[in-house]
Amino acid sequence: MFDHDVLVIGAGLAGMRAALAASQAGVNVAVVTKVFPVRSHSNAAQGGINAALTDRGDKWEDHAYDTVKGSDYLGDQDAIEIMCKEAGSEIINMEHMGTIFNRDAEGKLGVRAFGGQRQARTFFVADFTGQALLYVLHEQVMKSGVRVYEEWFVLSLIVEGGECCGAVVMEMKTGEVHTIRAKAVIMATGGIGRVFEPSTNALICTGDGMALAYRAGAPLMDMEMIQYHPTTLKSNGALMSEAARGEGAYLINKDGDRFMKRYAPNMMELASRDVVSRSEQTEINEGRGVNGCVLLDCRHLGEKLIKEKLGQIRQLGIDFANADMIKEPVPVRPGMHYVMGGIRTNYDGLTSIPGLYAAGETACVSVHGGNRLGANSLLDTLVFGKRSGQHAAAGVKSKQHAAGVTDAYSEAEKKKIQAILDRPADGGELFGKVRQELGETMNKYLAVFRDQQGMETAQRKVKELRMRYEKVIVHDKGRTFNTNLIFTLELGFMFDCAETVIVGALERKESRGAHTRTDMPKRDDANWLKHVVQFRTPEGPRIEDQPVKITQWQPQVRSY
Amino acid sequence: MDVTLNVKRYNPDAAKPASYNQEYRIDLEDGSSLLDGLIKVREEMDGTLALRCSCRSAICGSCAMRVNGRAVLACNTKMKDVMPKDGSPVKVEPAGNMGVVKDLIVNFDVFWGKIKAVKPWLQPEGPVPQGEYLAPNEAMLHLAGVMGCIMCGACVSDCTVLEVDKNFLGPAALAKAYRFVGDPRDAHEKDRLKDLTKYGGMWDCTRCMQCVQVCPKGVDPMGRIMKMRDKALAAGYNNTYGARHALAFTDLVRHGGHLDELRLPIKTFGIFNVKEMLKLAPIGMRSQMVGKVPPLFPKPIPGIQNVRRIFEKVEAKR
Repeated sequence: MFDHDVLVIGAGLAGMRAALAASQAGVNVAVVTKVFPVRSHSNAAQGGINAALTDRGDKWEDHAYDTVKGSDYLGDQDAIEIMCKEAGSEIINMEHMGTIFNRDAEGKLGVRAFGGQRQARTFFVADFTGQALLYVLHEQVMKSGVRVYEEWFVLSLIVEGGECCGAVVMEMKTGEVHTIRAKAVIMATGGIGRVFEPSTNALICTGDGMALAYRAGAPLMDMEMIQYHPTTLKSNGALMSEAARGEGAYLINKDGDRFMKRYAPNMMELASRDVVSRSEQTEINEGRGVNGCVLLDCRHLGEKLIKEKLGQIRQLGIDFANADMIKEPVPVRPGMHYVMGGIRTNYDGLTSIPGLYAAGETACVSVHGGNRLGANSLLDTLVFGKRSGQHAAAGVKSKQHAAGVTDAYSEAEKKKIQAILDRPADGGELFGKVRQELGETMNKYLAVFRDQQGMETAQRKVKELRMRYEKVIVHDKGRTFNTNLIFTLELGFMFDCAETVIVGALERKESRGAHTRTDMPKRDDANWLKHVVQFRTPEGPRIEDQPVKITQWQPQVRSY
Repeated sequence: MDVTLNVKRYNPDAAKPASYNQEYRIDLEDGSSLLDGLIKVREEMDGTLALRCSCRSAICGSCAMRVNGRAVLACNTKMKDVMPKDGSPVKVEPAGNMGVVKDLIVNFDVFWGKIKAVKPWLQPEGPVPQGEYLAPNEAMLHLAGVMGCIMCGACVSDCTVLEVDKNFLGPAALAKAYRFVGDPRDAHEKDRLKDLTKYGGMWDCTRCMQCVQVCPKGVDPMGRIMKMRDKALAAGYNNTYGARHALAFTDLVRHGGHLDELRLPIKTFGIFNVKEMLKLAPIGMRSQMVGKVPPLFPKPIPGIQNVRRIFEKVEAKR
């Protein structure tokens, strides 16, 4: 058994920022991560991070308004205000710690334009901003001496007397199961991308944190809000950053027409993501696409700019779509990218369970509401990672470890694992096909456009798949890096996430943000200006409503 | 397309652990990557096959391994580019120089230890500005090239020095070190350079170019190491064997137009360095027996002025 004051689960931007904040507050912090920290999916964020820096004439209020409008008025405005107010100092802090950032002619931080915002306020490092930030936090964590349990996989959270007080964790290299006791736990496990197939997300994005918290009794919120990114590659779902459009790229259909002029005449390609994805899908559905895609045209940006600022995605285009954006347009289509929903928290990261915090994509504060603006996710991870770390550290100072936490918790998990390993092999299937079918089902029925019938079909199919899942077998019976077992456990987490996405989507009887129902195409503020909150019960999710917090921006008609 | 993979496997949990090769025949779509093939095996045929992978977009750095004897990222390697023309199987092995844990999973402990050893964090000095540190964009773009390193370990896998000298920091850690040495905001360039001139540091690279060739992100680790050598010499750290070897090499070629192999070790180690001189004696004697020792007072080559002019031109350019 291990003891720490604060245990952070996940070592992406939110997790490492939280760990640093807690460590700076003088408490004993540890991080558990199922991959080496630099492998975390934050590294895939390309375009940049938003902040309104006052010394260059931008205002946090403008950033907040763009975010509120982008969220289709579902974001909680008190939380959005906090995020936008604290953005500037977080960016400067990251720069001071070593992030290189592209510069302007005076050597100050340079900006690029991004979608859904009237002002260029996206700070960036070429087209690998996430990687640049992640590596700097990793450097600082190495320097801080915070203990990082690398390649350890969390099996369950420990809740005693209504408070979260640790986790049961498997060391992947040895297969040993340990109990880690903690006075506070911060979930920072990222998104649920692999619940959809294809997705821009990495294979590790399996919704572990959401499922763990949900199973421990914390509710999930706004799970129906799934962002489809407008520019992903058809072959493997890889992301082509919004930075391309931020730098001036066009979207064209098979006739070479910049079709966004018909959907968002003012912002064109830089309308918010839900709007652009819907427009693209409409073009494709109405026969103006090219093999199920539209075209991202960067040719007019010139070789120098592309190589300097979009080098990585140029290479992705060459590798995975056989198209060099310097010479030809790249076929792209909307692809699952991000979940706005997650574990419900307040603006200090605290969930409904004392001692349990969440930050980053796994959390729902909610600052993104129905649709996240590009380059707000990195900001979300840093601001709320920091706040969670600080708040958790303050809370544990006068707290003792829960006395009832013993190795009985790890023994119980070991038994569950053994039962999976002992399943009779004959006739059973591996997890792979089940996961594939789950992802394809979700991508078919819970994509850019949804309707009642499709979502009900998805619900039925997912139930069937879950029954198949209960019987999947594990070939590998060994202890060392039993990835077969780990993937099987992850698939269990994914089913919890999939189920809540569907239930949330069926519940919301309107179209808002990324949730667009062809059978209910209008936004309905009178009845649905509220969050959908889901609690786990043995019979399935129990639903509660929660009002949206509005401070200064009343809902208006949303056009770009 | 039909593909046969020949995967080098190792299961530490076996009764008598030993490595062995296993063939898998799979059917893949034409544009598939090596990783697509391995995932297909692991998800549909043989759940026991272990490998690390995550992003599928060459950014997370998880899936470095050797294919047909050379380190690659499995995710950005097209299967049809590595299928031998004679129809023999695609040979897949774990990355080298790190030690295998299981199948294609290697031990990264030493790798991270070496990264940490170069103190890889920014060390500015003086008052912290209210806003950002000012820095020229060119300097930042230059560093972005090194920042592109995804710590996949491909360079370490195929480093020919690490094969014989485990003490070498290796290309990844040295490239990471350069990222701070080259950062105008860092105040400890000299301390860093001094540390990196020690045994196992920048002077132990043999310039074989393997790291440059296998790096999937164009980081050019060897180029960065050479840059640090220049900076170290310029900063006055010229009294290590490596530095003296480089300086002696340059001097001798400038002087005579060819490499004087008799004087090179003497100038590097110093004639009064008895220990090193004794170590070299057997080589000297063997060379003598086969007539390979150069003359005691060699003449400069004809046209030596041209060689010296080349030196002048190069040095003027620096």
